[in-house]
Amino acid sequence: MHPFVEPRQQSTRRAFFADAGFGIGAIGLASLLGERRAEAEVTARGSTRPTHLPAKAKAVIFLFMAGGPSQLELFDDKPLLRELSGQQTPESFLKGRRFAFLKGNETLLGANAKFGRYGQCGAELSDLLPYHRQIADDVCFIKSMKTDVFNHGPAKIFMQTGSPQPGRPSMGSWVTYGIGSESSDLPGFVVLQSGPRGPRGGSALWSSGFVPTNFQGVPFRGQGDPILNLRNPPGYDRAAQKSFTDAVAGLNGLRHEAVGDPEIQTRIAAYEMAYRMQSSAPELMDISAESRQTLALYGAEPGKPSFANNVLLARRLVERGVRFVQLYHTSWDQHGAEQSLEEELPLRCREVDRASAALVLDLKQRGLLDETLVIWGGEFGRTPMGQANKPTGRDHHVDCFTMWLAGGGIRPGITHGQTDELGLGVASQPVHVHDLQATVLHLLGLDHERLTFRFQGRDFRLTDVHGQVVKGILA
Amino acid sequence: MNMGTFPLAFGLAILAGLTTRAAESEPSYDRHVRPILAANCFSCHGPDEGSREAELRLDTRAGATADRDGTRAVVPGDTKASLLIERVTTDDDDLRMPPKDSGKQLTAEQIDVLKRWIAAGADYERHWAFEPVAKSAPPQVINSGWTRSAVDAFVLATLERQKLTPSAEADRYTLIRRVHLDLLGLLPTIEETDAFVADASPDAYERLVDRVLADPAFGERWGRHWLDQARYADSHGYTNDNERSMWPYRDWVIRAINGDTPFDQFTVEQLAGDLLGDNRGGPSREQVIATGFHRNTLINTEGGVKADQYHDEQTKDRVDTTGSVWLGLTLGCAQCHNHKYDPISQREYYQLYAFYNSSADNNSVPPVTQAPTPRQEARLDALTARIAELQAQITGDTDRPARQAAWEAALVKRRDGAGANRANGKEASQWVVLDIDGKSQAGAAFSVLGDKSIVASGENDAVDDYEITAKSPLATVRSVRLEVLTHESLPKRGPGRADNGNFVLAEFWFITGDGRELRFVRADADHSQPKYDVAAAIDSNDDTGWAINGSPEGGPNHNRTAWFVLATPLELDKDRSLTFRIQHRKRQPRYNVGRLRIAISSDEWVDAPQADELAKLAAIPAPDRGAAQRKRLDEAFLRSDAKLGPVFAALEAAARERGRLDSEIPTTMVMRELEQARTTNVQLRGDFLKPGDEVDRDVPDALPALATGEGGPNPKPRTRLDLARWLVRDDHPLTPRVRVNRVWMHLFGIGIVETENDFGTQGTPPSHPELLDWLASEHVRDGWSTKRLVRRIAGSQTYRQRSQSHAAAVAADPRNRLYWRQNRNRIEGEIVRDLALSASGLLARTIGGPSVYPPQADGVYAFTQRAKNWPTSAGENRYRRGMYTFFYRSAPHPMLATFDAPAFNQACTRRDRSNTPLQSLTVANDEAVVEATQALARGILSEPGTPDDSRSRLKRLFRRCLTRPPSGAEVDFLTTFYAEQRAHFIARPEAARQVAPQNLPGFADAASAAAWVATARVLVNLDEFITRE
Repeated sequence: MHPFVEPRQQSTRRAFFADAGFGIGAIGLASLLGERRAEAEVTARGSTRPTHLPAKAKAVIFLFMAGGPSQLELFDDKPLLRELSGQQTPESFLKGRRFAFLKGNETLLGANAKFGRYGQCGAELSDLLPYHRQIADDVCFIKSMKTDVFNHGPAKIFMQTGSPQPGRPSMGSWVTYGIGSESSDLPGFVVLQSGPRGPRGGSALWSSGFVPTNFQGVPFRGQGDPILNLRNPPGYDRAAQKSFTDAVAGLNGLRHEAVGDPEIQTRIAAYEMAYRMQSSAPELMDISAESRQTLALYGAEPGKPSFANNVLLARRLVERGVRFVQLYHTSWDQHGAEQSLEEELPLRCREVDRASAALVLDLKQRGLLDETLVIWGGEFGRTPMGQANKPTGRDHHVDCFTMWLAGGGIRPGITHGQTDELGLGVASQPVHVHDLQATVLHLLGLDHERLTFRFQGRDFRLTDVHGQVVKGILA
Repeated sequence: MNMGTFPLAFGLAILAGLTTRAAESEPSYDRHVRPILAANCFSCHGPDEGSREAELRLDTRAGATADRDGTRAVVPGDTKASLLIERVTTDDDDLRMPPKDSGKQLTAEQIDVLKRWIAAGADYERHWAFEPVAKSAPPQVINSGWTRSAVDAFVLATLERQKLTPSAEADRYTLIRRVHLDLLGLLPTIEETDAFVADASPDAYERLVDRVLADPAFGERWGRHWLDQARYADSHGYTNDNERSMWPYRDWVIRAINGDTPFDQFTVEQLAGDLLGDNRGGPSREQVIATGFHRNTLINTEGGVKADQYHDEQTKDRVDTTGSVWLGLTLGCAQCHNHKYDPISQREYYQLYAFYNSSADNNSVPPVTQAPTPRQEARLDALTARIAELQAQITGDTDRPARQAAWEAALVKRRDGAGANRANGKEASQWVVLDIDGKSQAGAAFSVLGDKSIVASGENDAVDDYEITAKSPLATVRSVRLEVLTHESLPKRGPGRADNGNFVLAEFWFITGDGRELRFVRADADHSQPKYDVAAAIDSNDDTGWAINGSPEGGPNHNRTAWFVLATPLELDKDRSLTFRIQHRKRQPRYNVGRLRIAISSDEWVDAPQADELAKLAAIPAPDRGAAQRKRLDEAFLRSDAKLGPVFAALEAAARERGRLDSEIPTTMVMRELEQARTTNVQLRGDFLKPGDEVDRDVPDALPALATGEGGPNPKPRTRLDLARWLVRDDHPLTPRVRVNRVWMHLFGIGIVETENDFGTQGTPPSHPELLDWLASEHVRDGWSTKRLVRRIAGSQTYRQRSQSHAAAVAADPRNRLYWRQNRNRIEGEIVRDLALSASGLLARTIGGPSVYPPQADGVYAFTQRAKNWPTSAGENRYRRGMYTFFYRSAPHPMLATFDAPAFNQACTRRDRSNTPLQSLTVANDEAVVEATQALARGILSEPGTPDDSRSRLKRLFRRCLTRPPSGAEVDFLTTFYAEQRAHFIARPEAARQVAPQNLPGFADAASAAAWVATARVLVNLDEFITRE
């Protein structure tokens, strides 16, 4: 039998976190219930499920640069574009392409950023990302990313779910559905967010779609209570909450005895877990426990929500066995005017550069990089043509953009794929979003063609009916 | 084995064995063989020629038995000669089917079935769901004393074949709670429960069901089931996820279900109500509102979207939804290629697409229709009649042309005279600019400029009102001139303080020195924004007002002037002080006036500043005037005319009121057909940018044929209406089966066909095929009445069984597919809320209306693209049923999202029932539930007649939550808990005060009250509370 196969009802019943053997623990009012505890014990199950292939990575941290960072200012230097800057775009370049805002009369726009080559591998990086130089030999740059959709919401949903329409499971849901989680008191799929607003697309980005709700991403908020309704109502302290949880368990246990429905045992376990989460989640969020050196490495400041804090949290989550951390940093949509390449892009870079590099360095020094896959990038790239705004900007571009990956079985210190001289399209080794998704699953030991879920008569996959593992970037 | 088939494994095993008793004899193609071929072979050897391998198809007898270079895959009667058997049994890994890399493998039993089928002649049958509904008679059963109805006979006959016995009838407490939860989604009261428990009459249960079916909450509960399929939500989805107004459609559904609108009519009105009509005219308003069904698709309002792309997505969603909701078919599989398993070709998919392709919406909110309340509708009718009557008076005035001609001539003459006056500097003296001073209520500061205008700065977050004071140099005032002026300090230079420089002046008041508020009778302006006419600034309605955007010059950022006239000249007292009050619109913070100047005149002077313009128009010879010019002159004349002036004023007032009413009447999105139909093409690989052959509207060949357009020798093009009527033909093989199966599913938690949205070959076969067909044919015979169908199922003994499990039956049928008991089902998110509110007595029973905003946890919008508008409701709207909670697709209320309410991006035919710690946190800590526990505690402390002891209170509390009386062990347990909690809170008076409800009866101390709240909190968090037993 296929390892992931379970009747639909049973899989919905499967525990929210890892199926770690969670016992009922000390049930309160023990004098009344002590003798029933053994019965109510939930059968221990393996915390993870077997994989299709040997897994390289155990966890994923996806640093999603929402809005679409400009590869032309950051990673992909185009001297010819600089030379031709200001000239009309040849019509042949525009034919057959659809853009969100460009009208066809836009001129080519060369990048102002200065580029250099760094690391043993000589990776191309602009001066906007100075900290990235330290990790040039640890990461793999893919310059030949391609996607299908040029509006933010649909493109993000596409990157996360393999379909541009909302309603399918997110990558993190697929992964936790496929191999579970190793955390016993935190959700297996956690979402973090920084920047002026949430990512376009909202909960569709971390939705479990048609796989059971247990596998949906759980947003952790940077301020206040990390999880909705985590805090007790006013007047209930930890002791009161404990008596509450015990009493619920006790009466549920009586009911279970009367009706014999295993669902009640799951409910008892869920309340126990909720109670544990009330302390584990705040403990997790408290980064003041980190050393001064670590805080400095990331540029994180306890109590001040930021991308840096979230990246550090991502490491803490992965350390605690969380399988998939999806992190968003918004406002990379530099069309020009108020959102310009000159003013706004450097600000975004300053917000993420140091912490992104720190994550790779920190994971490495802790010996976690080998088993943690780090992904960095946005939903699409930006056009070599400028928009008619002052100061300048670029439109959304689906035909080529850059992302980088590190750790978790990725070949370090390489650049994969090239774009043409103007940065309009891919010149060699194209990597489509579905290919990236297939590769991520592969690194986790999952075959993207076999990780399926039957819904409305069809076996759905993260990669739809496409996708090929990008062999060239595997270690 | 392919995982897709696994969920069916139990069902198949048990069903295969029992529905035909054919395990050892001849296998049925439909029941036994096709499921094997479909799961393992059809994706390469099925109906889709695009993916067909080796030119072999196994889904038709002709294909399977075709001679292929001397061999045949299937040789009827001869397993040895059949290549199919050879290829599935060979030891050669490279040759064995299914191929190794497919991950699929046949079991020995499956191979045996194939062999026996071929040996018996390899008969093919059509898939059961495409065959006409059979008229089956209820079977004979042994234990006929158990059955109450035909439903029971079908169920019992199957159980008896499996040597299983049905469960006993549930006790009365369970029954009344079950019926209330299933049919209403609300708890029975203790009084209702006691009455039912004590009712000794033989039809007590039937009367309970009838009472509940007549309760309007039935329409809410079952309306919500339908709204799931309609993917109803209150926002557009995708990126921005802005609010939309669709609740009139939601209310239509509730009304239709409460009125038991037959399902065929219910269908036709929703899919094509806009195309209905009789000899007297078009469709009724209700029928148009009903078409909101397919307007519940998403709309992408992100910048830079191309409408064609989203129109295509929306149209595909309409096809797919029609497939899953009515046909139980996965039509979407045929978007890119022929359906791999079911007889739906890609061409046929786009033939269905063509029915929806010509809808007038194009990734847009329009078309919409108004959905007035009865009161609004009456007022609208009255105003329309009044306007017609006043217009008739004006047009009926035969004397008018002469009077107007004279007036126009005088205008021209006066202009020539005025020109001379202006040259003498006389005009300037008509207006006296006042030295004014301003005071802001919200704290803005005013500075006076050299031209006597004042400009506001500072505080501008709120809605502000200004008081402008001045001393009048004139003894008499008749007219006031208000100039709003641009200034560098204002956003976009003003003249308003909103981000775009606009403002909304809701009311302009004039107050005399002795404090009298005078109303202006006329107002005019050199420019008003459409729908924000300056007249709205003197209409005593602070929700309408004057604004200045939408000017032809582009944007609001120009100096503008408005004139206001008093009914009679005002003689000022000696003090001569004047106050003007500028009131801004409450709903639009920041839309405050930025810079202004005021002048007065002792003359009626409103038209004078426009006299030049009017005179210019009057000078144009009448035949040469354009429509707008004519209108301008006519209106100015009518205003000034002694005879028609009052009539015209009344007309304008009525028109204004109608405009105001129009803007208050809610709208709802509807379907409308384009005048000129769009052509539809097959889309290559499902890509709308790659059109293939052009196709006409039609339905798939495998289903009954569609008659051509209605009537006449020259058939009209087929329309959505034809499609809708076709779906609910009495002899449709799918729609009635799909419908009764879903109703059954809501009453048992699982359908007779478990895959409620897939009746195709990949779906599960029905557990009780004869029962399904009997229900379907009875449903059609009953005139498609939903209430009768619900009564038939809920009245059965099968439905009334206990839900307790027992080991013997579990061993034979672990998933209860044969209904040897009722199921225990966790209720939906909306109903979790509804039960907490109905137990506590807080529930507001108002039906329908705009969606509401009950409290929700902080931080819901930390992850959305923009913070959503969530003005937490007060009053009864805080306590409405969960189905009225405003639903943002990108960030639904946590109570709903956590309990498996989908985001309604697509039709939902069945909700998941997960069981997670986030649910525990939600029920334990959600503010609404906390309020409910406090109300519960207050209730049992204040209820008259409750004996004053904690055990009695406890029983009462328990019954309010769980309907049944507690067992002895439960009372002991809770008594101990209550005592512990009381001790806990006595030691912590501050905590007790926070936990205890407000407005306690005098005798109750805070610690006891808090302990009751804590006890109530335990009860509503029990598995039993959120479970329908």
